[in-house]
Amino acid sequence: MFFIQLKDLFKSYGPVRALNGLNLKVPKGSLYGLLGPNGAGKSTALRIICTLLEPDSGDVEVAGHNALLQETETRRRLGYVAQEVAIDKILTGRELLQLQGDLYHLNKNYKKERIEELIQRLEMNEWIDRRCGSFSGGMKRRLDLASGLLHEPELLILDEPTVGLDIESRSVIWGLLKELRNNQTTILLSSHYLEEVDELADEMAIIDKGKVIASGKPDDLKKALGGDRVTLRVREFSNELEAESVKKIIKNINGVSNVVVNKKQGYSLNFLVRSNNVISSLTDHLAKENFEVFALSHSRPSLDDVYLQATGKTLMDAELELAGKRDFKLENKKSMR
Amino acid sequence: MITTNSSLHYGKESKNDMNQILQETSALTWRLFIQLIRRPSTLFAGILQPLIWLLLFAALFSKAPIDFLPGNSSYGEFLGAGLIVFTAFSGALNAGLPVMFDREFGFLNRLLVAPLSSRSSIVISSVIYITTISLLQSFAIMATSALLGYGWPSLGGFLLIAITLLLLVFAVTGISLGLAFVLPGHIELIAIIFIANLPVLFASTALAPISFMPEWLGWIASLNPLTFAIEPIRMAYHHSVDLTSVLIKAPYGDVNGYSCLAILFILTVGLFFLVRPLLNRKLA
Repeated sequence: MFFIQLKDLFKSYGPVRALNGLNLKVPKGSLYGLLGPNGAGKSTALRIICTLLEPDSGDVEVAGHNALLQETETRRRLGYVAQEVAIDKILTGRELLQLQGDLYHLNKNYKKERIEELIQRLEMNEWIDRRCGSFSGGMKRRLDLASGLLHEPELLILDEPTVGLDIESRSVIWGLLKELRNNQTTILLSSHYLEEVDELADEMAIIDKGKVIASGKPDDLKKALGGDRVTLRVREFSNELEAESVKKIIKNINGVSNVVVNKKQGYSLNFLVRSNNVISSLTDHLAKENFEVFALSHSRPSLDDVYLQATGKTLMDAELELAGKRDFKLENKKSMR
Repeated sequence: MITTNSSLHYGKESKNDMNQILQETSALTWRLFIQLIRRPSTLFAGILQPLIWLLLFAALFSKAPIDFLPGNSSYGEFLGAGLIVFTAFSGALNAGLPVMFDREFGFLNRLLVAPLSSRSSIVISSVIYITTISLLQSFAIMATSALLGYGWPSLGGFLLIAITLLLLVFAVTGISLGLAFVLPGHIELIAIIFIANLPVLFASTALAPISFMPEWLGWIASLNPLTFAIEPIRMAYHHSVDLTSVLIKAPYGDVNGYSCLAILFILTVGLFFLVRPLLNRKLA
């Protein structure tokens, strides 16, 4: 059974298309990761699910409700932890949680018990009665997470929950998310940290340019690549012509597949090898054509390799590329209510 | 251990719709008052500025002949009503600022993602807060005027002042909240507040009667909503309350007390209907 279903979602901010036919199905009780570079459309998708934003077109279903029409019913079922922590600097952490409890209509005794429970679980005792303005990024994020969980939502949505956090806060948050997942809360988490999605997600989708380019279990996606990842350079700074020549040689070698020229990383070649023996024959083949091996790395495939395979660039390169194209001012203005 | 069984919390919610609206509205209002208590400078500045005006302007014209103004009042007595209205007007004009900051810093999203029983709670809490503050500031000016010997209204006069101020504050708060959702940021809102504040005061009968003004300014002053609030309050201070008496000798004709209140009422209701669709759309 799917707790969230997104169908053909389109959303543009002026000339920038944030979602371009996004389809997604999140199983009930799973921790689902959305992986993609900044600007891929993850936050826009999450804001639409949370009823904060309306898509230009498409359908959104949450817990069997049409989120675009049954907004209050949808809101009642979800907790949202936004990318930008929005707290009132003048209130103390406890006062903010009390306010949150009142917005969700929790009764007095239950609200008090629940706040205490979350303060203990998220290790906030020492500072919860200080004003929020004095909190570090990690403290704010923990408080925000507590706010999102206060009403015991069936669905928790987290947008980049550990960006810029200290190790302690990250560990506390990861621990809590695993606990929640074990208790059958459906969690939808966006991240551009590969290790975060790899560590936490039962299932995941990779988003690029506003649509899903790969989805499934992280291990299955890596296994589907069909071998180990090799990165090869024949020169420190190669060029396109040379890289294409090497590509022609390599892709004819038995046991080599999925050869990609990575322009962003000095025209290095990324490919998969079925076994270690292939690497020794590779060196021989290159030598015959007067190419030397300047650098060669060999590793188990990661989610970055899955991304690279689908897009021809690494996640970091995609982020750098998108960073230059985004108009944050326009996006903020368009997304402000 | 963190529990996630949502059926638990549904049993622990306030059930009645009206209770839920009261709970969310009082929580949002309480938040604004906590901010005020911990950062009281805006409250004091709102009182201090008109007080300084009262002291300085009253001193400036203290030696004017006694028949200088209509009703043979001193300038301090004349000025009091204008500054009471100005204080309420300035306070209400700032109503949109907290909402604008909530929009800009994303706090409004926290409210919008919550299953509020009525989105109006966000607006109502702002109106309650700003009305209370504006009235408090205005009464502080009234108390100071009394201490300076400029008089104190009768009970009927006091009631008239409260009703007039409430109508004015509701109308201006509506404009300010509307602007807070239309303008792109707080810089633009502050600029409008800055531009509107003093010219609206000078183009009213707060500092001088219409008979002192050139014709063009007389026309503006007699159409200015502040004038319709100032004159009933001035009457409450200096005469017995009689709403049938002519309070404004405008270029277009005489305006009595009832008409002043009716105009303020129509303005408030009109602005409510004008701003409501915008707020509904923004808070949907």
